[in-house]
Amino acid sequence: MHLHTLWFIVLAILWVGFFVLEGFDFGVGMLHTLVGRTDTERRVAINTIGPWWDGNEVWLIVAGAGTFAAFPSWYATMFSALYIPLLLVLAALIARGVAFEFKGRSEDERWRATWTWCMTIGSLLIPLLLGVGLGDLLVGLPINSSHDFTGNFLDLLTPYGLWTGLTMVALCLLHGATFLMLRTTDPVRARARALATPLGWAASVLVVVYVIWTLSVAGNADVPGPVQILAVIAVIFAARLASTESNGWAFTCSSVAIAATVGSLFIELYPNVMISSTKAAYNLTVNNAASGGYALKVMTIVTVLLLPAVLVYQGWSFYVFRGRVKAPPARDDRPSVPSASPGTPPAPAAPAAPQA
Amino acid sequence: MTNDLARWQFATTSIYHFLFVPVTIGLAFLVALLQTAWYRNEKPEYKRLTRFFGTLLLINVAVGVVTGLVQEFEFGMNWSAYSRFVGDVFGAPLAMEGLAAFFLESTFLGLWLFGWDRLPKAVHLACIWLVAAGTMLSAMFIMVANSWMQHPVGYTLNSHGQPQLNNVGALFTNPTFLWGYVHVILAALITGSLIMLAVSAWQIRKRREVDSFLHAARISVIVLLPTILLTMFVGSELGVVEAKYQPAKIAAAEAQWTTCKPCSFSVFQIGGGQNDKTPSQIIEIPHLLSLLATNSVNGEVVGLNELQKQDEAKYGPGNYVPDVFVQYWSMRIMAYLATLIVLLALWGGWLLHRGRLAESKWFLRLSIWAVVTPFLMNTAGWMLTESGRQPWIVQGLMKTVNANSPSVTSTDIWISLVVFVLIYLGLGAADILLMTRYARKELGHEDAGSAESGAAGAGATPIPALTY
Repeated sequence: MHLHTLWFIVLAILWVGFFVLEGFDFGVGMLHTLVGRTDTERRVAINTIGPWWDGNEVWLIVAGAGTFAAFPSWYATMFSALYIPLLLVLAALIARGVAFEFKGRSEDERWRATWTWCMTIGSLLIPLLLGVGLGDLLVGLPINSSHDFTGNFLDLLTPYGLWTGLTMVALCLLHGATFLMLRTTDPVRARARALATPLGWAASVLVVVYVIWTLSVAGNADVPGPVQILAVIAVIFAARLASTESNGWAFTCSSVAIAATVGSLFIELYPNVMISSTKAAYNLTVNNAASGGYALKVMTIVTVLLLPAVLVYQGWSFYVFRGRVKAPPARDDRPSVPSASPGTPPAPAAPAAPQA
Repeated sequence: MTNDLARWQFATTSIYHFLFVPVTIGLAFLVALLQTAWYRNEKPEYKRLTRFFGTLLLINVAVGVVTGLVQEFEFGMNWSAYSRFVGDVFGAPLAMEGLAAFFLESTFLGLWLFGWDRLPKAVHLACIWLVAAGTMLSAMFIMVANSWMQHPVGYTLNSHGQPQLNNVGALFTNPTFLWGYVHVILAALITGSLIMLAVSAWQIRKRREVDSFLHAARISVIVLLPTILLTMFVGSELGVVEAKYQPAKIAAAEAQWTTCKPCSFSVFQIGGGQNDKTPSQIIEIPHLLSLLATNSVNGEVVGLNELQKQDEAKYGPGNYVPDVFVQYWSMRIMAYLATLIVLLALWGGWLLHRGRLAESKWFLRLSIWAVVTPFLMNTAGWMLTESGRQPWIVQGLMKTVNANSPSVTSTDIWISLVVFVLIYLGLGAADILLMTRYARKELGHEDAGSAESGAAGAGATPIPALTY
């Protein structure tokens, strides 16, 4: 196998990993005001991802930087073409990332409401826009012979790209709901479960249409491939299991659904990395967009050395915080417990007086 | 126009980002030191200090991380021609940074933040040290990438005239990198210790928990004094390296238009900008420039006029002189402020030695105001480095004017520039509000916010950490 094919696979895995991990973070972010009615419940919802979201986001950063290193032309064309969508992604990443740390640091109602909105909208925009961008890679954008994008902002809003974006949002919502079912207790869990079933069926419809549409866009085959079939089966199973007590299986299925959906896009894309709607000869491919053999070899060695270590300590962090997150008891019950925020010393709102 | 806007955007976003980076690196190290002290001596005030300064670290990290994302995307968005041209070499350290540093930093920060009551003490301490290591590793890979733009090494040109990596070891032994990296890390430690000193001084002046904050002040001064001295030495060595590989950068920093031997150092001058080759030098120190730029008392420094002629002969017509005004004053802001900080650190060391730090009103007052100096020095340092590289984006290989994205219009960049400026102003306001508020809080109790599961009742599930 050529190293550039290997690097295409590595990048596909990074994108898949990003959506599986950060996917539930986005889902929780979008859903936290729905599953949490009180301030404390919302904090419980967000704290299910508290220790992890930042590490999960690194998968995206490494996917971006890995593209820069392994396929400089792909990185250059993709990032300059998707200019405005990526600007919005950055704005959303900033607003959402800061919200985690800043919201609890003041009691001011407007301050807290602002960061709640940043969290909700940011968690929606990122999977939507990244989905649009990934869909555009496959459906094709106007790209000229020197691999520069020649269109404008409206050319980016392809129907297929938008559908991909909506599919990603729905999958993240479902994934977030199954994750919350796994990691919270009632009443947050009950509300997550009530949402998970309709979200699951909506996601199923979107994924089925997405798979059919992808077949027609890619034009390689008339029948869906195994990964596409897996995506459809997994999302339907997740929707079915959402109403049962099998929280672990529901979460497993939503993970597989999101992984297979993202993975299938990259499978359809290969050996291209960006389709030119201007002329097939202008397509960016793993061949013409890749770095030289030496750079790829260095990157491969570095990845083989570092990635297993990353998986081990990230996995360990998941293990350490594996239990269900519960709302701390009200202060009156246990006067000996000063407050409920071990992580943030000057704990904000003692959750004794929850506000709606 | 598009190129200028792209440059404004990069300058704005990267200078802003680097207000937070050194604070993160410096404070992470100092918080790890405080926690180590607590681990070893088990005195509660060290735990309280760890949490107190840990909060400041967390507030700062939030902004540092998200503004770093912008930098990562910006190469492709605004500088696609550059990215396409150099990705083979320049991309590798960026990808390594993600794999080696970002994962480490973010995962262990989560473990540290939420792990106070869940992890054994030693493991929890290791978490903060891994965070500190992650921040320093991150800076290392970025400095490798940046140094390659200053002094490209370890590559060959392929048939299209594009640089291709052929020796990754050379990237990591690039002299510009070695000296530059040490300089940056020391600068970050200065930043962290001046912040800790300022906060402690403020608290001591308010007579709050004087004994506890004296511990923090002592650690700050102990870190500050050697690092500021070392930084000045390393910075001057870096100047010698740069004078060798980027002579115009250093000649411009000294507004040295004509070749001289030996060369005097201009302490202060009026004029001497781009179109003023005869500045009125008001104070000069003989031989000092020769010493600084060449490590020899009578060394020769080639002037900008001659460098311009050499470059035109080598690269064709064009202007090869960096902005002299920016270079000259960046260098001096850094050097003069550093000198003042040396005096402050010596004074602090003396007061600590005599046990009179808490009583010295003027030292405390000055220490509070000294907190602005590291930000000025850090920014000046990067202005000197990056503006001094112009007109090149990669020294000798690619000019900045050819590097921006052909498909991105000036309207696009205006939109993004306005969006970033607005977001950054909001972030800055929120950050300053929180940093000043939390820096003025009273020191929390030892177990404040740390609901020890034992205290919560036997057999109870440990109460989870809650933020947000």
